[in-house]
Amino acid sequence: MREIEQMKHQFMRTLVGMTVLLLTGLAAADELNLRVGVTDISRQVYDLHMIIFLICVAIGVVVFGVLFWSVFNHRKSRGVEPATFHDSTKLELAWTIVPTIILIVMAIPATQVLIAMYDTGGEDMSIEVRGYQWKWQYKYLDDDYNNTLSFFSVMSTPREEIYNQSLKGENYLLQVDEHLRIPTNRKVRFLITAEDVIHAWWVPDFGIKRDAVPGMLNELWTIVEEPGIYRGQCTELCGKDHGFMPIVVEVMPEAEFDAWYSSKVSLDMARQETIGDALTHEELMAQGESVYGTYCASCHLANGEGVVPVFPAIAGSAIAQGPKGEHLDLVINGVAGSAMQAFGRQLDPAQLASVVHYQRNAFGNDVGDMTQPQDVINISNGQ
Amino acid sequence: MSEVIHADHHDDHDHGPAKGLKRWLFTTNHKDIGTLYLWFSFAMFLVGGVLALVIRAELFQPGLQFVQPEFFNQMTTNHGLIMVFGAIMPAFVGLANWLIPMQVGAPDMALPRMNNLSFWILPFAFGMMISTLFMEGGGPNFGWTFYAPLSTTYAPPSVTYFIFAVHLMGASSIMGSINIIATILNMRAPGMTLMKMPMFVWTWLITAYLLIAVMPVLAGAVTMMLFDIHFNTSFFNAAGGGDPVMFQHIFWFFGHPEVYIMILPAFGIVSHIIPAFARKRLFGYTSMVYAVASIAFLSFIVWAHHMFTVGMPLAGQLFFMYSTMLIAVPTGVKVFNWISTMWRGSMTFETPMLFAIAFVVLFTMGGFSGLMLAITPVDYQYHDTYFVVAHFHYVLVPGALFSIIAAVYFWFPKWTGKMYDETLGKIHFWLSFVGVNVTFFPQHFSGLAGMPRRIPDYPLQFADFNMISSVGAFIFGLSQVFFLYVIIKSIRSGQPAEGRSWEGAKGLEWTLPSPAPYHSFTHPPVVKDEEVLG
Repeated sequence: MREIEQMKHQFMRTLVGMTVLLLTGLAAADELNLRVGVTDISRQVYDLHMIIFLICVAIGVVVFGVLFWSVFNHRKSRGVEPATFHDSTKLELAWTIVPTIILIVMAIPATQVLIAMYDTGGEDMSIEVRGYQWKWQYKYLDDDYNNTLSFFSVMSTPREEIYNQSLKGENYLLQVDEHLRIPTNRKVRFLITAEDVIHAWWVPDFGIKRDAVPGMLNELWTIVEEPGIYRGQCTELCGKDHGFMPIVVEVMPEAEFDAWYSSKVSLDMARQETIGDALTHEELMAQGESVYGTYCASCHLANGEGVVPVFPAIAGSAIAQGPKGEHLDLVINGVAGSAMQAFGRQLDPAQLASVVHYQRNAFGNDVGDMTQPQDVINISNGQ
Repeated sequence: MSEVIHADHHDDHDHGPAKGLKRWLFTTNHKDIGTLYLWFSFAMFLVGGVLALVIRAELFQPGLQFVQPEFFNQMTTNHGLIMVFGAIMPAFVGLANWLIPMQVGAPDMALPRMNNLSFWILPFAFGMMISTLFMEGGGPNFGWTFYAPLSTTYAPPSVTYFIFAVHLMGASSIMGSINIIATILNMRAPGMTLMKMPMFVWTWLITAYLLIAVMPVLAGAVTMMLFDIHFNTSFFNAAGGGDPVMFQHIFWFFGHPEVYIMILPAFGIVSHIIPAFARKRLFGYTSMVYAVASIAFLSFIVWAHHMFTVGMPLAGQLFFMYSTMLIAVPTGVKVFNWISTMWRGSMTFETPMLFAIAFVVLFTMGGFSGLMLAITPVDYQYHDTYFVVAHFHYVLVPGALFSIIAAVYFWFPKWTGKMYDETLGKIHFWLSFVGVNVTFFPQHFSGLAGMPRRIPDYPLQFADFNMISSVGAFIFGLSQVFFLYVIIKSIRSGQPAEGRSWEGAKGLEWTLPSPAPYHSFTHPPVVKDEEVLG
């Protein structure tokens, strides 16, 4: 009997030892665990995650330990006669009260972290984040919430990589044409909303995530100390290309950010001045192709054939080969109640003119007319 | 009165089942209808499984190989809908039909014709829903939670068929529940007081009330969708003054109790199997009943934990975090009671017991990840990632599904009069056990590493875990085809079973011969404590 007892102790010691080893291994391995992240909040979240996880593991070791002890020892093949007990109010009370106490112990730090996360206000700058099918728009706002600078951020992973025709790059599906840039050490407030369906904006390394809901403004904030590029993905199913609208945030040292911001604003103003200038057929086709690839191809496909009947074909379509004005109107104002967005709110006149020109003269369409930025400006002015 | 009963009894005496297809179309017999439900749910389980394997095949490697994103979304959506409404729920109703009348000592269900109707609605509902996959524009592609406005303004044209199908499923569930409640409350044999009812009957009684409470809420949600789509209302359309978040509140007010609808009967099943194979009475029967009732009550006040990221005020977040954490208490009580039942029992490990023990262990693991998800600040990091996928598959596959499989093996001799092949059953168990863990355990890691759910393609750092997961899914899928083989082989050539097919099996159904006669308990049985309480 003593030998068996000793073996049992040995077994338990080995079990505990192995569990501890496994746990430290798990915690050490990066890709097996939650990211620690780069903000004070994300570190608090990580610590909380580890506390809850370890409590669960401890409970699991005890509960499963008892269960397997019983499975190994209380079997008929060992000649055990079944006991007849079937009730104990004391035990029932104990395993109601003790878990409740453990839960209270968990709830205290959880409440503290949650309150810290809700500490909005006192921000140094605000950025509106707007989800679209399937891209993000970022608007830098001044103190009166006027838009000072805005741009779209669209996934830039080439289709060839997705369709396995070329090697996948390091940041496959996590790269965009234009990063959201924010400065270090400033409290940045994000106002999150959506244009069409619900999306969700998540940067794991900041420890923040919020749904982008049409008609609602949600708030998030962060302060990042370390410059760097941080990547995330949309986390609410938003249709076909839900998996292809990444979030990339570039955190820049403050001075660098300020320089980038003012040069970006003045570049934008310079572009506004020449926006109505006429372009040649070649210029229109070149810009049109690139705008089409970024804004249109995800639904109407790169070859213009669409996904009938949800996303109509542009190749051979009556609209793309009909009067220019109607074609422009459709692209500028969209189709209410459908996935066709009002691109007049997303693109400038030169981009709109070139993409319409491209659609009328590509995919076998051969209208041959010219669509100029001035046409777009005229429509916007109601002419 | 006694004369009338006597006359009825005479009438029914030699009624066997009708012959051929008519037997199944027009049957009002609870055993036949139970069989129909079980085979139907198994067929749906295979269909939903094939969709899951399409998903896992596409996710085997990064990049798009087999399907396009819009088709992938239809696969995830229909996999969820078919498994929840077509496989798990009808399987439990099938078990209820077979077992509840025998367990309470009743001759049949209280409302036999409605019983027939509530089953025969289902093939039409699912036929219609699955047919949308072949329509122009495709089937439902907005996730099984069908959040508006993706499921309204931006839905494929076939969404109207989906709405109609959901209405039919709801009608079927409500009728089934009314029937179960009426049977349990009115048709128990004399002497079977509420606190002597078998646990499976108790859990189904409470589940049936949950169903009646929440299926109309779901019907309301899809009706509002219908109006938004066709009649220009704006319930969920922000541009018309509506609120997309309201959809989620309504959906999850249905959806969270729905989660317990899929697990409470499982608790009941396990509470029969563990005592039978431990040869020891269920520990803490009274507290088990109260625990189920507490879980059912709590299920109504935790719904917004599915919505921690929609942007609720702090007070709302705290309320739903605390109420969700509380569920761990009654759930823990159940686990502790099962383990105490095993403690100092005299256990053997036939296939139903193996599935039941795996249920206790793996369901508890799903409970742990559920507790982690309840903690709002960390839920922000887990929300809508594969960590959630791992969590709910742990409670639904080795949870709900394993309990159904365990029940099939456990009551198989009673239904068919044959014993299944124990060796094949054990092979099925071990294949399923390995398959389910290889599939879903790595998903905890990919979720923590940041992989969102419902994506057809993923960044490269998630590649290893997805590959493992896909391998596991095919092992699991094939082992369920093997299950079909085991069942068919045992029906054809199993050894004859005794009335009390298991040494430790207790309950009125085991006092009947095996297979149970087509009409059982036409006279109420005598209820003895040592039989019904174990």
